[in-house]
Amino acid sequence: MGVMETRRRVPKADQPPAQSSSLYANRVRVYPRAVKGLDRRIKWAILAFCLGVYYLLPWLCWDRGPGRPSQAVLLDIATERFFFFNLEFWPQDVFYLAGLLVLGAVALFLVTSLFGRLWCGYTCPQTVWTDAFMAIERWIEGDRNERMRRDQRAFGLNRQGLDKAWRKLSKHAIWLAVAFWTGGAWIMYFADAPTTVVQFWSGTAPAPIYIYTFLFTATTYVLAGWAREQVCTYMCPWPRFQAAMLDEQTVTVTYQAWRGEPRGHHLKLDTAAGARLGDCVDCMACVHACPTGIDIRDGIQLECINCGLCADACNEIMGKLGRAKGLITWDTLARQNARKAGREEKLHLWRPRTFVYLGVLLVAVSAMGTALAMRPHTAISVAHDRMPLFVRLTNGDVRNGYVVDISNKMGRPADYVLTLTGPKGLTARPAGVMQLHLPADSIKELRVWVSAPPESAHGSQKLLFQLHNLTNGEKIRYESVFIGPR
Amino acid sequence: MPTKIEKDEYTGKETTGHEWDGIKELDTPLPRWWVNVWLVCIAFAAVYALLYPSIPLGSTYWKGILGWSSSQAVAKSVAEMNARHAALMKRIGELPIMQVAADPKLKEVALEAGRIAFAENCQPCHGQAGVGRVGYPPLDTNFWLWGGTLPDIQRIIMYGIRSGDSKAHESQMPAFGHDGILKPAQVTTVAHYVATLFGIEKPGPTTAAGYKLFEDNCAACHGPKGQGNQTGGAPPLASRVHLYGDTLAAIEYQINTPRGGVMPAWHTRLDAGTINSLAIYVHALGGGE
Ligand code: SF4
Ligand code: SF4
Repeated sequence: MGVMETRRRVPKADQPPAQSSSLYANRVRVYPRAVKGLDRRIKWAILAFCLGVYYLLPWLCWDRGPGRPSQAVLLDIATERFFFFNLEFWPQDVFYLAGLLVLGAVALFLVTSLFGRLWCGYTCPQTVWTDAFMAIERWIEGDRNERMRRDQRAFGLNRQGLDKAWRKLSKHAIWLAVAFWTGGAWIMYFADAPTTVVQFWSGTAPAPIYIYTFLFTATTYVLAGWAREQVCTYMCPWPRFQAAMLDEQTVTVTYQAWRGEPRGHHLKLDTAAGARLGDCVDCMACVHACPTGIDIRDGIQLECINCGLCADACNEIMGKLGRAKGLITWDTLARQNARKAGREEKLHLWRPRTFVYLGVLLVAVSAMGTALAMRPHTAISVAHDRMPLFVRLTNGDVRNGYVVDISNKMGRPADYVLTLTGPKGLTARPAGVMQLHLPADSIKELRVWVSAPPESAHGSQKLLFQLHNLTNGEKIRYESVFIGPR
Repeated sequence: MPTKIEKDEYTGKETTGHEWDGIKELDTPLPRWWVNVWLVCIAFAAVYALLYPSIPLGSTYWKGILGWSSSQAVAKSVAEMNARHAALMKRIGELPIMQVAADPKLKEVALEAGRIAFAENCQPCHGQAGVGRVGYPPLDTNFWLWGGTLPDIQRIIMYGIRSGDSKAHESQMPAFGHDGILKPAQVTTVAHYVATLFGIEKPGPTTAAGYKLFEDNCAACHGPKGQGNQTGGAPPLASRVHLYGDTLAAIEYQINTPRGGVMPAWHTRLDAGTINSLAIYVHALGGGE
């Protein structure tokens, strides 16, 4: 029996005829059972880390000098700045975000081609919050069997009914509280955290803060409390195309069918036919532990988020039975097929595909890193007037108009010299060489008029704006045009 | 839908009965919650269509129970915006114009308000960004008939030129040719001389005679060097920019039958804040003195 073949469940001849055909399927409720094990411990650690960063990061302070925001990570919408520790980004720097997304995507491809859907199983927010909400559920309502039993009962004014009522009520209350904290923490990334909290509770915060807090509270509660695996199975695009990153050399959670099959409970074993049973005792522990409610023994499938909880569950059983662990374990399809044929095969982590992903990743990281390190702190942009392109003065000179924007992206004031060079005999208003002073973190807009005598003002010529930042030594230039009659 | 429900041998699931190259499609039903969300969306759309303008009805349309309309919404937000700026515009109108121009905050508002008011009121004659055209002076160069300082511009906007307003600028150039003050040959001679002042004609045998005629007839208003006179509204002639064109023919025409345009007085139509904003905007077009 190979992995692929285990999916074939030939219906028994005596199976009852088809259920009534329905266009819509009722949701099958999943009651995951608690497990202990290595994968579970790693998952808890990652969960604690991710949630910790998410909830606490906005409260981290970073001194940027007087009058400047002191929040370490702040996407300040009002002043159009993104502060990230000692970095400060302007709206024009949005391509760093594009670069970051490219990095993220390539890193995801690399990890997925190496180890399958690790992102889904361990770090996706949907998984992290669902896991946290399940933990709360388990804490209040108990483990799988207890929850299933209680859900069968009705609410009512007897002991059992009241027990169900208070447990459900407190679960949803705590869920809502966590969801609210989540929605609230999101807002903190966009406005000064302590101020926002005070404003929020004194009812003086701007309406969008309440609206977004409500929105993110609602989505967290619905997605992590109610929708859970339905998000992964029906909504998320990632499972649809992650298969393109996997191949038979990818390490994923796998059921070692060569060793487990034929499965069966040893007590009911019928050895008369001489059949030797495999290690799988068909206890369903892996199925009951799975947060998406699937059977890993059917092979790799769309719903599997590669969390490894089934492996932990199986290891518990194998441990109790005194058998070798790893019946469900992290392995590749290729190695299993080899084992089935009685061979051993090595792991092939480094394949052309992973090399390509790694190469792209390294190139992107170094390009981004260089760009970030060499980021200029001075910017100039010049817009040449188009209406009119040029103006004739009474003495015959030709005049062009420009709007010059100079940005000081430094956290301190700076001095500049702006020099204009272009057609012969040009004169400029305010001046051809200008001394400028810009306050910290600011933009100055200048209206500049440049005139040239008629004999040197024909057609389109270069007009160069050179900006020298005296404070940090940066020199930049902008090439514009000077236009005259043909 | 297939009439006979067929089961897939391997998965035990039903098929839809569709088959391509021997591959059959499994019937994987949508989850019911998903369908419910879809139904809720349809209900939302129905309610929305009732509340808001939605359905075309021949030459009219369903106006919606709430009576909302986009044009009213715009009018409301324009009114709100005007109310928000009312205090600033009032200050811009009340303060002396030089003070407005010296206050960076007020100047910024005035430039923006002026830009909008210019496009609505002035652009039809003076052109976009004040480039001007024949008979309508350009406002973006250093050519001014009545002065180019802020107070000059403000006054012209308020009372106009030959507008009939008691404080309007008035001027009238005699029709030298038409009324027989100069003979046709003299007109040609003086026109040629004027053309030499701004370089489209070279001095020739008639230039001295032209200069004499100019001194006798024109210099009183246009100045001995043709530099113009802003108090009387006499345009500079030693200039590459001319109100009615910089060709010899245009100059001769103007000496024979002079034209003079009319600019309306705006103080009866625009409030003081808008007028001051316009003056500041025009002054900043590039020619302001
Ligand atoms: S399937 Fe989508 S939502 Fe689910 S864990 Fe993976 S990435 Fe997250
Ligand atoms: S099958 Fe195993 S690895 Fe996959 S989602 Fe279920 S528990 Fe996680």
